[in-house]
Amino acid sequence: MTQNIDAYSTPGVVMVSHKKTVVTLLLVIAAMIGLVVASVPLYRLFCQVTGYGGTTQQYIAEDGHLPAVLDRTMTVRFNADIARGLPWYFKPVQRDVTVKVGEEGLAFYKAVNNSDKPVTGTATFNVTPHKAGQYFTKIECFCFTEQTLQPGQSIDMPVTFFVDPEIAEDEHLDEVTEITLSYTFFPMKDDE
Amino acid sequence: MTAAADAHAAHGTPTGWRRWVLSTNHKDIGTMYLIFGFVGGLVGGAFSMLMRAELMFPGVDFLPAMTGGDVDAAYHLFNVLITGHGLLMVFFMIMPALFGGFGNWFVPIMIGAPDMAFPRMNNISFWLMPSSLILLVLSVFMDGGAGPGAGTGWTVYAPLSTSGHPGPAVDLAIFSLHIAGVSSILGSINFITTIFNMRAPGMTLHKMPLFAWSILVTAFLLVLSLPVLAGAITMLLTDRNFGTAFFDAAGGGDPVLYQHLFWFFGHPEVYIIILPGFGLVSHVISTFSRKPIFGYLGMAYAMVAIGVVGFVVWAHHMYTVGMDVDTKAYFTAATMVIAVPTGVKIFSWIATMWGGSIEFKAPMLFAVGMIFLFTIGGVTGVVLANAGMDTSMHDTYYVVAHFHYTMSMGALFSLYAGIYYWFGKMSGKVYPEFAAKVHFWVTFIGVNLIFFPQHFLGMAGMPRRYVDYPDAYAFWNYVSSLGAFLSGFGVLIFLYVIIKGLRSKEACPDNPWGEGATTLEWTLSSPPPFHQFEKLPRIK
Repeated sequence: MTQNIDAYSTPGVVMVSHKKTVVTLLLVIAAMIGLVVASVPLYRLFCQVTGYGGTTQQYIAEDGHLPAVLDRTMTVRFNADIARGLPWYFKPVQRDVTVKVGEEGLAFYKAVNNSDKPVTGTATFNVTPHKAGQYFTKIECFCFTEQTLQPGQSIDMPVTFFVDPEIAEDEHLDEVTEITLSYTFFPMKDDE
Repeated sequence: MTAAADAHAAHGTPTGWRRWVLSTNHKDIGTMYLIFGFVGGLVGGAFSMLMRAELMFPGVDFLPAMTGGDVDAAYHLFNVLITGHGLLMVFFMIMPALFGGFGNWFVPIMIGAPDMAFPRMNNISFWLMPSSLILLVLSVFMDGGAGPGAGTGWTVYAPLSTSGHPGPAVDLAIFSLHIAGVSSILGSINFITTIFNMRAPGMTLHKMPLFAWSILVTAFLLVLSLPVLAGAITMLLTDRNFGTAFFDAAGGGDPVLYQHLFWFFGHPEVYIIILPGFGLVSHVISTFSRKPIFGYLGMAYAMVAIGVVGFVVWAHHMYTVGMDVDTKAYFTAATMVIAVPTGVKIFSWIATMWGGSIEFKAPMLFAVGMIFLFTIGGVTGVVLANAGMDTSMHDTYYVVAHFHYTMSMGALFSLYAGIYYWFGKMSGKVYPEFAAKVHFWVTFIGVNLIFFPQHFLGMAGMPRRYVDYPDAYAFWNYVSSLGAFLSGFGVLIFLYVIIKGLRSKEACPDNPWGEGATTLEWTLSSPPPFHQFEKLPRIK
């Protein structure tokens, strides 16, 4: 190149390299937007796989038989909350259940619709300590589906579960003897 | 010369409103960014004065006077002030001034380019900002549920920003952020293209001035992080208006996901705020020590390292959401790693001054003040990086003190340093040195009075974002408010210095700082010609 180059004499050359840079940057921006779009399903998947935030596992029957029962016992405590705007009574029937690790446990929650019209609710759930989520497996649960209660109707809703024996191999959970299973019932959005 | 070049050379300096509204000139656009940032800073600063006036004494006595005696409305007003202060200072003061203002003014000059790569896009980038600000101001007057305005905090966390704020105030604030985001993304594309493709012959990346490096890294952070914010707040918008449930547990969503998305943007954002300041301070320190910057390459790559690591530490803002201990351990360790490149920068600045022929003009005072204050903020940052400590400190005034020492005082002091450093270059006039030094000392004492006591308040457990506090916290809050008013007085001195400087008859020479000022802007006249480097300079 010469000592002084006229800044405007070679616009063609300059614009070509601009185009390459801009296209690359636009691709990067598109990729980041794609990442946000993907973040919702990815986050859900991440929670399910790792038990993040106390996300529990679901037992799939095709997996075959229930696992072996260990000698270690686990006390499972129950908690119930109702979101604002749901006119229900919702409480666990029993305060806690003690099961062996790997053994199937059964508990009931009682729900009553105190309003004068049918109401559909849906429950979210998690366990504490959060790190136990990966090993807390539900076989059957009222939270898997929406629940519609007629005016004044009262039902006992079952949940069956077991604590995965693989918990014994995770040293982070060695001190865990109690797991609290918590539900919050929300009104279905379109009912409002 | 080609015909196109002749046509270009033929057009003179546009005059009147066309020069500004239709501007494609990087220096004029830079000037507009600086003025815009100053206006944003004045409003954001006024908000903080109102907050400190309310917090001066226990009890809620000051703000009800502004809401006609309605105490509930005063509570909401406090939340609106906090939200407005955060958004204004981040998006409408520091970013326009440091990145848009000085970036536009000096990046093309420093790399020996005639202008930005896309001058017309540069015009759009700037004029989107006032539009964005208008939306934010409108939001303050719209219904936000408990009163006018959005009281969500600058983080706009769901569910407070979704089910907690009926009415259009939050929607308008979200639109405002969208537009500010588009503006910054366009600006970033412009900077990256300019720096990659328009450097003068001989100006390799490894010879490029550190301020240009800092703008380059900042632009990359913006390009990578802003789309995430845009996506997150778009989901907020659909949650609010179209019945989706991305962040609503009732519909199978999770509010914590919003926090992850926000801080994936938000943490790089705090480096976006401070990195241009890092670059700028390097120039000032080197100029007034009359020595080249110590460890140039280390300084450049320290900024790159800060930018890269800044993307993988976001969850340290949310240690209390219920992460397992391994996740916390990772985020603690990764966060502390950032102290290493930051330390490289601090020590290199000190090493630059070491043995130098130091002259404490106003820019140097602000630059050294910035290093001192930023280091204090950095040290409390290492404290807060510990998940165990943070669980106790989370959302206390200790955090407020920490991030104001870094983001507000670090960035603001470098901004002031830049204004005095380049005042003569930009205006062709001379600012009054003594008044500028008074401005420094008043501001330095003022901001320390505000924020140092907030460490004590935070350690004592005073939570942030509340309009009132128990009497036990009264004393240090009183001191903090006095400091705020002193800093507010400092802004008036700053105004005086600027007006006095702009009215001065004295002409600034091409290089008022002597042999220490080595970058290309000092080879041009003060102010530089409307179009510089029509013949590109050659860098040896």
